[in-house]
Amino acid sequence: MNNYLLQVKDVSKYFGRRLIFKNLNFEISNSGILGVSGDNGSGKSTLVKIIAGISSPSSGIIVHNDDGKEIVQEKLHNYIGFVSPYLVLYEEFSAYENLSFFSNIRGIKLDRERADFLLEKLLLFQRKDDYVKTYSSGMKQRLKFIFALIHSPSLVILDEPTSNLDSKGKDTVYQIIENESKSNIIIIASNEQTDLNLCKREINLQDFKIK
Amino acid sequence: MSAKAYALYLKDFRSEIRTRYAVNSLAMFVIVATSVILFSIGNETITQSLTAGLFWVVIFFSAMSGLSRAFVSEEERGTSLTLQLLAAPSTIFSGKLLFNMVLVFCMNIVITILYSALFDGFAVRNLTLFIVSFFFGNAGLAIASTIIAAIISKAGAKGTLYPVLSFPILLPLILTSVQLTLMSFEGASFSDAKFELSIIICYDVIMLTASYLLFDFVWKD
Repeated sequence: MNNYLLQVKDVSKYFGRRLIFKNLNFEISNSGILGVSGDNGSGKSTLVKIIAGISSPSSGIIVHNDDGKEIVQEKLHNYIGFVSPYLVLYEEFSAYENLSFFSNIRGIKLDRERADFLLEKLLLFQRKDDYVKTYSSGMKQRLKFIFALIHSPSLVILDEPTSNLDSKGKDTVYQIIENESKSNIIIIASNEQTDLNLCKREINLQDFKIK
Repeated sequence: MSAKAYALYLKDFRSEIRTRYAVNSLAMFVIVATSVILFSIGNETITQSLTAGLFWVVIFFSAMSGLSRAFVSEEERGTSLTLQLLAAPSTIFSGKLLFNMVLVFCMNIVITILYSALFDGFAVRNLTLFIVSFFFGNAGLAIASTIIAAIISKAGAKGTLYPVLSFPILLPLILTSVQLTLMSFEGASFSDAKFELSIIICYDVIMLTASYLLFDFVWKD
C-alpha cells in the first residue's frame, strides 16, 4: 500500500461567469476507489482534470502528498495515471511505440515485462505492433489503460473508464481496477452504475456542490 | 536540454517522418516563393540589399507556413492532453523548441543554397559574420515561432493568427538579420557589426527567457 494523500480544499471552478462547482472539500489517502457521480454538466470531468493538474481551479487548492512530502506541480505527472474518452494517443505509432515514447518522455526506461503483461491483460498483445489508427475505439480505450498504468502511478484517475468497451473489455477493466485499488488510489468519474458499484466511497456533484 | 526533452524531440521527428505535417508545407513554400521571386526578377540584376531582404522574406513566410505545426498538430489531433500528462511544461517547450530549431536550420540551409545558386547578388564576403548572424537569426526565429505557436494553438483562427501575431514580435529580429546579412555581403568586419550582433543576441536571450516563463500559463487550461 502506498502512502499517498490527496486533499481537495475549497475548490471552485467557473467557466467565464458560469459556476461549475463551489467550495468542494474532500480527501482520500493510501488506497481504495473514490467515485465521482453527477448529472451531465455537473463538473465530474472538470474536477478530475483539476485533480490531475491539467486544469486550474478558479479558487482553492489541491494538495498531493507522497510519504508526507508535498508533490510539486512540475512532478505531479509522474504520480498520476489518467484515462478518459477525450485522451488521444498518437495514431501514427504502434501501441508499443506509443508506450516506448511515453516512457522515454517521462524519463524512465520502458518496463517491457510490465508492458507485455498489460498488453496481454487488456487483449492487445497480438496487435501491439499495429498502428493505433487501425484500432477500434474499444481497443484505443484499452490502450489508454496501459498508458495510465505503465509507470505504476499512485493515483489513477478514470473518467468514464468503460466508454466504448464491450462486456469482455469492461470485465477486464473492472478486474484491473480492483487489483490496482489494493495498493493505489483510484478515482472514477462516471454515470455508469456498474462503474460506480466498484467504489467504496462516492461523492455526488449536484447543484454546484457535493451532495 | 534534458533527456526527456530529447525524447520528445525524437517522438516529433518520427511523427514528422510518418505524417510530414511540417516538412511538406515548408518545402512547397520555399520552392514556390523562390520561383515567384525568380520569375518576377527576370533578367534584372537586383541589389545586394534587396537580395538580403528577399532572403529573409522567404525565411519568414516559410517559418510561418511550417513552424506552427509543433503545437497546432498536437492540439488538432487532441494529443495535447496526453503530453500534459507525460511531462512538465518546461520539458514540453524544450522538446518542441529543439524540433523547431532543427526544422528552421535545415529549411534555411536549403534556402541559402538555393539563393547562392540562383541569385547573383547573394555573394557573401564575410562568411564568419554570415554564419554567426545566420545562427542567431535562426535561433531567434525558432524560439519566437515556438512560443507563438503554443499561444495560437489554443485559439480558433490559427492559420490567420500565426503570421499576424508573429509579425510584430519577429520584426526586430528580421530587420536586424537583414542588416547583418547585408553587412556580410559587403564584407563588413565583426566590429562594424557589433551593434547589430548585440541586438540579435539580446533578442534571443530575452525571447528564450520570456518563453520559458510564459509557457506554463499558455500550456495549462
